[in-house]
Amino acid sequence: MTQSNLLASIANELRGIGHRMIERTWRLGVGARLFALAIIYSGESFKRFHLTLREIYFTGVMSLLIIVVSAFFVGMVLALQGYNTLQKYGSSEAIGVLVALALVRELGPVVTALLFAGRAGTAITAEIGLMKATEQLSAMEMMAVNPIARVIAPRFWAGVISMPILASIFSMVGILGGYLVAVPLIGVDDGAFWSQMQANVDFRLDIVNGLIKSFVFGVACTMIALFEGFDAPPTAEGVSRATTRTVVISSLTVLALDFVLTSFMMVV
Amino acid sequence: MTANIVEIDHLSFGYKGRLLHQGINMVFPRGKVVAIMGGSGSGKTTLLRLIGGQIKPSKGEVRVTGEVVHKQDRDGIYKLRRKMGMLFQHGALFTDLSVFDNVAFPMRELTDLPESMIKDLVLMKLNAVGLRGAHQFMPTELSGGMARRVALARAIALDPEIIMYDEPFAGLDPISMGVICGLIRSLNDALGATSIIVSHDVKETFLIADYVYFVADGVVAAEGTPNDLMQSTLPFVHQFVHGEKDGPVPFHYPAAHYQSELLLEQVV
Amino acid sequence: MDRTTIDLWVGIFVALGFAALLGLAMKVGNLTSSKIGATYSVTAAFENVGSLKPNAPVKSAGVVVGRVESIVFNSADYEAVVTIKIDKRYAFPADTFANIYTAGLLGEQYVGLEAGGDEVVLKNGDKIAKTQDAIVLEKMISQFLFSKASETDAKSEAKATAPSAVTNELKGGKSTEIGDVAF
Repeated sequence: MTQSNLLASIANELRGIGHRMIERTWRLGVGARLFALAIIYSGESFKRFHLTLREIYFTGVMSLLIIVVSAFFVGMVLALQGYNTLQKYGSSEAIGVLVALALVRELGPVVTALLFAGRAGTAITAEIGLMKATEQLSAMEMMAVNPIARVIAPRFWAGVISMPILASIFSMVGILGGYLVAVPLIGVDDGAFWSQMQANVDFRLDIVNGLIKSFVFGVACTMIALFEGFDAPPTAEGVSRATTRTVVISSLTVLALDFVLTSFMMVV
Repeated sequence: MTANIVEIDHLSFGYKGRLLHQGINMVFPRGKVVAIMGGSGSGKTTLLRLIGGQIKPSKGEVRVTGEVVHKQDRDGIYKLRRKMGMLFQHGALFTDLSVFDNVAFPMRELTDLPESMIKDLVLMKLNAVGLRGAHQFMPTELSGGMARRVALARAIALDPEIIMYDEPFAGLDPISMGVICGLIRSLNDALGATSIIVSHDVKETFLIADYVYFVADGVVAAEGTPNDLMQSTLPFVHQFVHGEKDGPVPFHYPAAHYQSELLLEQVV
Repeated sequence: MDRTTIDLWVGIFVALGFAALLGLAMKVGNLTSSKIGATYSVTAAFENVGSLKPNAPVKSAGVVVGRVESIVFNSADYEAVVTIKIDKRYAFPADTFANIYTAGLLGEQYVGLEAGGDEVVLKNGDKIAKTQDAIVLEKMISQFLFSKASETDAKSEAKATAPSAVTNELKGGKSTEIGDVAF
């Protein structure tokens, strides 16, 4: 490759990167606008609460199975792995603390958010994308019904309400799973398991912070799912790509937000 | 009370640097069935969107009942849309609602009528399109023709003054086509409404239209009653109306010289 | 799926969520025992607070009676002034000892209050006069080695027993700052 060709291809690459960055920033702006509109037109989601209720059913209740089963296994694995290491230092009775803190502070909110993005997020994206592709949203507009108030906002609030509930259930079921492995299976003392946990898990610092995290994750994941569906090209391929983007972007955002929130919440 | 319920005045519209419409003038008198015809991509559906206020013109005006559409605020546009009913190309029924709920949708959203009245009205509208017995089905359980009829019942749910049809005959079997064709005319006369049909189905449209506008190259290429157009000697109109293979719209997409592409020896 | 079924399931869902949250708060956390009541503040000055942090517990007879509110440096007499909030239900005599102990071998440090015998009790804003600093491991070890070395030099086992004596001291003693030595 000659000198000028090399320079030209490098310039093209840079141009491509710049173009993609501008595209992404522009999309972020459109997404932020949708977020603002969803909040502004939220009145109907609460005045006609059955709209939101229906969405809570489809995002929250339908996710219960995967959340409960995953929580159970995560809790059990935490107990197993934790015991493996703790018993080397003679601190196997701290297993309760380990399982509880790991779940309540981090795994509860984060894993719930990731599972939510995969199950409910993709469902939302596909549904909205298909509604757009089959002109249902246009039809609503032409009938003088605001599609953002009627379709987008109820789903947003449903996700925001469902997420902390799911995260709490995840943490509790996980701890129960850990208990079942630690006490009946391994033989850690029942009283020590709970009392050490109670002594070391602070309601305000750990549980409430976990809830705040799951609330923030709920906003992020639901909004990403809604935006990707709303912005998807109205073709079969467009919708399927949009659902993939929902999962990928939600996951990355949740993990990044987790770091940011944790660093704010750490009391050193 | 103006004689023309919709007027398109020196309209120009374009995007991405390309002008789709360049100076279109059309009037739609009350009580008539007017058709907008033209080849694919000539911007017919876009005209419906401009009338409905979903997009704004670059130049010129669209007036509905004397009001300029794109100068209205949100409430103004919604008021205008309440006078309109639109039948989308493939029905655009809400897939999560039953046939009954689909037709009831505009009534429930835009009026305060009691449920008992809504029930009667929905059954009346469904009866008008011949589907009163199918009110409990879901849209996915309907055939194309039936779905189109339900969408028509929904479009006339609030007895609109303007009914717009986007390719109402596309993809239908002959019987369904005949049914829809008859319904468009009879409903228009029964409701005293004005119907605007966007189509490229010459046979059906000419049966029911009072007046036809031909759109080509961004302007109104021809207009008149169906009879006038059948006898027109304008090459474009003649080719379109009689379905001729070659004419002003060429058969061959522009390409290089045939022999040179096949690498045949040029016979001198 | 009609409205009433959806309502039922969503109701169950929300109830489960609340139950989980309640379970977390009661069984897992220490909400039942956390103090939300009224408190009064007293101060205590230490020469060395070790690794005592704000919000560390204040215990008496092993029971949590309050929290450390703040720790500031007093440049007038180069001491650390610790402000502690004690639950209003518990009154302490004016000659109470305030000591800094370590919970367990690797645990965090806390303030232990040992009641004296005075009839006058501490009031809001009072200062605890009798304090004992956190024990710094290096000082203790150097003290010990110094005292051992100054014994009969002929005993060559002095050096050999020093490490085991140190560990004895550690096991038997109240608290030491191990972190710096272990690493």
